Amino acid sequence: MATAFFIIVLFYLLSSAGYLIFLFAQKKIFHRLAYTVMMAGFLAHTGFIGYNFFSLDHIPVQNLHQTLSFAAWSFAGVYLFLKYKYRLNILGAYAAPLVTAFMIAAFLVPTVAVVPSTLFKSLWLIIHVVIIFIAEASLAMACGTGILYLIQEHAIKSKSNRFFLKRLPSLELLDQTGYAFIVTGFTLLTIGLITGFVYAQLVWGRFWSWDNKEIWSVITWLIYAALLHERMVAGWRGRRAAIMAIIGFVAVLFTFFGVNFLLEGHHDKFTKW
Amino acid sequence: MTNLQNGNGEPGTPPGVGPNMSGIFLVGVNHKTAPVELREKLAFTDVQTQTAMELLRQSSHISEAMIISTCNRVEVVLVTSDYGLAGNTVLSFISKTKSISPQRLKAAAYIYTGDAAVGHMFRVASSLDSMMIGEPQILGQIKTAYKTAVNHKSTGVILNRLMHKAFSVAKRIRSETGIGGHAVSISYAAVELAKKIFGSIDDKIVLLVGAGEMAELAVEHLIVNTTSKNFFVANRTFSVGVELAGRFNGSAIRLEEIPDKLAHVDIIISSTGSPDFVITKNQVKPIMRKRKNRPLFFIDIAVPRDIDPDINRISNAYVYDIDDLQGVIHENIETRNRESIKAERIVDEAVIKFTDWYENLEVVPTIIALRKKLRVIIEAELSKTMQTLQPLTPEDQHSFKKMADAMINKILHDPTVFLKNPGPHRNKSVYLNFTRKLFNIDE
Repeated sequence: MATAFFIIVLFYLLSSAGYLIFLFAQKKIFHRLAYTVMMAGFLAHTGFIGYNFFSLDHIPVQNLHQTLSFAAWSFAGVYLFLKYKYRLNILGAYAAPLVTAFMIAAFLVPTVAVVPSTLFKSLWLIIHVVIIFIAEASLAMACGTGILYLIQEHAIKSKSNRFFLKRLPSLELLDQTGYAFIVTGFTLLTIGLITGFVYAQLVWGRFWSWDNKEIWSVITWLIYAALLHERMVAGWRGRRAAIMAIIGFVAVLFTFFGVNFLLEGHHDKFTKW
Repeated sequence: MTNLQNGNGEPGTPPGVGPNMSGIFLVGVNHKTAPVELREKLAFTDVQTQTAMELLRQSSHISEAMIISTCNRVEVVLVTSDYGLAGNTVLSFISKTKSISPQRLKAAAYIYTGDAAVGHMFRVASSLDSMMIGEPQILGQIKTAYKTAVNHKSTGVILNRLMHKAFSVAKRIRSETGIGGHAVSISYAAVELAKKIFGSIDDKIVLLVGAGEMAELAVEHLIVNTTSKNFFVANRTFSVGVELAGRFNGSAIRLEEIPDKLAHVDIIISSTGSPDFVITKNQVKPIMRKRKNRPLFFIDIAVPRDIDPDINRISNAYVYDIDDLQGVIHENIETRNRESIKAERIVDEAVIKFTDWYENLEVVPTIIALRKKLRVIIEAELSKTMQTLQPLTPEDQHSFKKMADAMINKILHDPTVFLKNPGPHRNKSVYLNFTRKLFNIDE
């Protein structure tokens, strides 16, 4: 299993290298190579997770190793799907290294054997996990386009850095794509939270238990809700939307890792070794 | 084979004097040799071009003629049997019809002959000789000029081939080098930047402040790139604004209306002579709210500047002044220079190929090639036949060979005489080209 995992990491690593070369050399062939390799990595990864799913008989997100791997898988999936839809090729230079970083982190953390729990055997939970991860992947991509937006905006305003000006797409495209990612991510996040509450009701008998994970999830949700609201009402677009997308994703990451490491909560079993 | 650089192409150089005084002859003026006042005077209208070509072809020493006239250049291309005479004919014709003193014209005109003329034609068509190198319009203008000449049967074998080669060289340079891909003028740079901000500028609305020549050039290029063709002009003298707006199907507004208009337009080009800022930060700031933060792009080509540079610090507002644009252009010029080395190599190659073809379009090489072809055929047939006969003595074999030689000479006698002198007013190159095709000599 370790070999299979290592090969998947290698695919993502090669894809990252391809995207970085593409960023500098601007030759289409590198993008095509990187995309193909990433697709191969993603398919292998899908098989790997599917195999785990069936052999463990529950969704493989019960320790940090599996969770990181699952997050990387959803990032890759969302990037590949949206790249197909929006043709924002250069975003690969952000997505591929992000996926790789998560995979390497997963590779490094010990795979702790977890006592199988009946907690993981509900359909509600599977839906909750899958939707939340896809939502987080979309928000990760929104953060990526936000970063690209700020870089490109700086290049245009400062008039000095032509390196990025030439390589990055137009501000309008970045803004629109980021917006689409956030709408997708926010919608899924909402559904994911609702399924989570329903599942909590089923398992613990209450929807809301003032758990740290729950509180931070709602804070994250409110950040994105505010961003979308302001965009529609006051025309928060461009720079502000980009900064908010980055702040929002930091909140996502904190809810994902920070809460488990720094605070206590009912999700810690599977994201804290 | 003379290199391009060795061609006698210096402005005002007398026509080439040498043993080969006939061939392709080109006289012209362009933006480098003549100021705009002179170029304006020299420009040919369609009708003038037609009459000029007819008049030129009446000279016995000119067999083909074509005239290219654009706002940046006038080029007269001829096929002549006498460079000296052709130069005098063209220059005196132009100075007479355009009433420009011959001295003035001679000082501004350049003359190229032979392969230098071929190379020049290729470079012009490929936009290597343009004011903004790589601009794509020139090829279209030359194609139109060529069409006019063809319609008047003013071109022949040589100019036809020259122009077709020029088109394919231009195409090759465009696809194989990056020469057309980089902004090298203010308006190109402005459009490139606008695309980086707006993605597509198709539906963007342009406001022109001030109606100077520079602004007009910039806006012309910008308008071509938008489909909305939605365009406003604000000018101190309202009537001038109305006139310019009319030319581009826009509408004119008064200077006082600018602050209100800012909520609706996307791209502002300013080039007034005002000593103070025409648009200030305080005017733009409240507008951004009204615009729901849709981006606003200011292009300030005025000196002193019209647009408060502090506007650039407002979110979603971008200001580029003339120096910023020059910076963009400067970098592109460097890329372009690297690309033009490649382009020059492509031109050189094409010139060598063309000259090869052209030199073979002489009587002697054609006769030699014909003779060679006949000899190959006859010798092959002879050796086949001799093998079937009884063993022949060396004397017999010699007689057969002599017979073959005599046949070749006799067959080729009349064609040779004809090709050397097809008759008065007949174009030798047409018959040479035909002969070469008939016998498939250029395989």
